[in-house]
Amino acid sequence: MPLAQTATTVPVIIDKDLCIADKGCTVCVDVCPLDVLRIATTDDGDKTAYMKFDECWYCMPCEADCPTGAVTVNLPYLLK
Amino acid sequence: MDEILDGLTQIDCDILIIGGGTAGPMAALKAKKKNPKANVVLLDKANVKRSGAISMGMDGLNNSVIPGYATPEQYTKEITIANDGICDQAAVYRYAQECFGIIEELDSFGIRFQKDQNGEYDVKKVHHIGTYVLPMPNGDTVKKALYRQLRKARINIINRFMATRLLTGEGRVAGAVCVNTRTSEFLVVRAKAVIMGLGAAGRLGLPTSGYLMGTYENPTNSGEGYAMAYHAGAGLANLECYQINPLIKDYNGPACAYVAGPMGGYTANAKGERFIECDYWSGQMMQEFFDELQGGKGPVYLKLNHLAEETVAEIERVLHIVERPTRGHFHAGRGTDYRKQMIEMHISEIGFCSGHSASGVFVDEHARTTIPGLYAAGDMANVPHNYMLGAFTNGAFAGLDAVDFIADVDFAAFDQGDVDAERTRVMAPTKRDDGIPPNQIEYKTRRLVNDYLQPPKVTAKMELAQKRFEEVRDDMEQGMYVRDAHELMRALEASTILDCADMAASASLYRTESRWGLYHNRVEYERDDENWFCHTILTKGEDGKPAHTKRPVKPYVVEIAEDEKDAYYKQRVTTTVAAE
Ligand SMILES: Cc1cc2nc3c(=O)[nH]c(=O)nc-3n(C[C@H](O)[C@H](O)[C@H](O)COP(=O)(O)OP(=O)(O)OC[C@H]3O[C@@H](n4cnc5c(N)ncnc54)[C@H](O)[C@@H]3O)c2cc1C
Ligand code: SF4
Ligand code: SF4
Repeated sequence: MPLAQTATTVPVIIDKDLCIADKGCTVCVDVCPLDVLRIATTDDGDKTAYMKFDECWYCMPCEADCPTGAVTVNLPYLLK
Repeated sequence: MDEILDGLTQIDCDILIIGGGTAGPMAALKAKKKNPKANVVLLDKANVKRSGAISMGMDGLNNSVIPGYATPEQYTKEITIANDGICDQAAVYRYAQECFGIIEELDSFGIRFQKDQNGEYDVKKVHHIGTYVLPMPNGDTVKKALYRQLRKARINIINRFMATRLLTGEGRVAGAVCVNTRTSEFLVVRAKAVIMGLGAAGRLGLPTSGYLMGTYENPTNSGEGYAMAYHAGAGLANLECYQINPLIKDYNGPACAYVAGPMGGYTANAKGERFIECDYWSGQMMQEFFDELQGGKGPVYLKLNHLAEETVAEIERVLHIVERPTRGHFHAGRGTDYRKQMIEMHISEIGFCSGHSASGVFVDEHARTTIPGLYAAGDMANVPHNYMLGAFTNGAFAGLDAVDFIADVDFAAFDQGDVDAERTRVMAPTKRDDGIPPNQIEYKTRRLVNDYLQPPKVTAKMELAQKRFEEVRDDMEQGMYVRDAHELMRALEASTILDCADMAASASLYRTESRWGLYHNRVEYERDDENWFCHTILTKGEDGKPAHTKRPVKPYVVEIAEDEKDAYYKQRVTTTVAAE
């Protein structure tokens, strides 16, 4: 029973230019109650937060607590 | 992160508090203050800084008993009536007597409560009879203020560990088994007392949007409190008294008639007519909501478009920054302007939550469960209509009583075999090479909950639900498959949700009467005080399935007159008020 790769659009967007994950910031990852954000290393070796799991309560601690204003919480498409 | 690791650590503490949302932090603070030498551990699946229902803040206290506005007797009476008489009043009465002290304490933490020009608390009337709603102008700071106190009191906080089972031995509680949500490593916590504040079972029904996490409750609260109490052998009360809320359609957040009501907003039908006198959430109110829809007068709306500009602006200011701050985005996306359009509402999916109804782990006025040394408080404990202040206050009771309990006991010995068995159960989905992912198990369970358990309740449908749940359970036990630690957390939640679904069906079938308006509307049965004026207690039976008993309602502390008993059934507006 192999697993499918179904695409899904995620509601939380991080502005890579503003994100300072490369300086060690993990605030949004730390505060998210659903634990759906992670830090990725981009192709050019830079680091940025991103939404890894489509399991968001659109609650906003990630956006409210980000020190640089890099996070935007949108509503999940299914209920928008 | 998320790689599955093999490991197990054991730690000891005097008092383990599971759930660092609302009740948990207050329990921790009270216990530590009473006995500064006690080793108090506060453990949470998420991060205590931003966890639980009050993650972003709260608009106000929905049920404060403030001297000069209400008495403990009035409040106890109101909640008894709202809860259709099935209420051990001692716990409600004690709450009503002591919650004002907790308000003053929260005030000293820096959380402000609304006062009028004379410096008096500005309490609003929302309930059917009395006046209990107290706005919080800086409600967005609640969680931060609490967290500061926890740090100051040097509470040991453990984040990102999910409790999965309680340990018992010598006839009392012995600790808990927990799993790291990012590595799958085990943590066994031995404790002399355990306080549970794991919140509601918020992921029981499926939101109509189909989005698994699009729930009213914080979806971190998947119901482990209920499942853990059940597997440990504790009694759970009145689970058939579901939580069902009147919410903003699709957004599934509160429409907040509690905020808008005192300012002139109200719940209306499609014609803009008021049809209920009182917007306070109760099963009886939800039944009227349901009837309005059935009568073809829906959809139902929150109506604000008759209010003055300043009033609407003020409502917007409160509703769009505190509890669910994405609400403004939602309305903007749909082009809903409170000044012009009404806000479409709907009836939510079901859940368990005593915070809003009465379905919870059975506790007394000390927050003691039926297992010695085990406490429960907040949304998962059965004190009806608890809300936020109830979580704080009953959490305080639990913390205080637990300190006395641990004074004369050592750790209870437990069977190491129980830990081994739990490890095997937890890790099973990691041992397969392929299979069904947890989100599909969860989706199917919750879709079946909607199809067969959502009231009005029909016997044959609920029996079918039980059959379907068994099939899903087989699939889960034989074939669930996860690829990383995060998915394993979801897998454990899926098993909790299935346990709660089983309990919901079984409890609803047991009570062969209708009670609590829509919450337990069993179409084949009328209310039957002669046989069912009692609590129903669900425990885990010998066969591993839910077993049921009746438990008498304790004699009332505050008498209810015969003509007051059904006040909550008299809230339909008789001559409909025309739209303004
Ligand atoms: C959207 C919304 C609006 C509300 N508005 C109001 C209002 O205006 N006024 C009011 O008085 N009340 C309001 N309430 C109700 C009130 O917020 C709750 O009754 C109260 O906060 C519940 O507290 P609790 O401690 O029981 O649960 P929570 O505060 O939710 O805490 C539960 C905690 O348990 C943790 N947890 C869950 N599972 C596990 C596990 N397996 N292991 C470890 N930890 C776990 C969670 O991460 C969480 O931190 C509202 C509720 C919601 C959802
Ligand atoms: S909190 Fe902001 S800056 Fe920090 S990692 Fe997240 S997005 Fe980047
Ligand atoms: S909105 Fe809430 S659930 Fe979604 S990513 Fe941000 S903190 Fe997490």
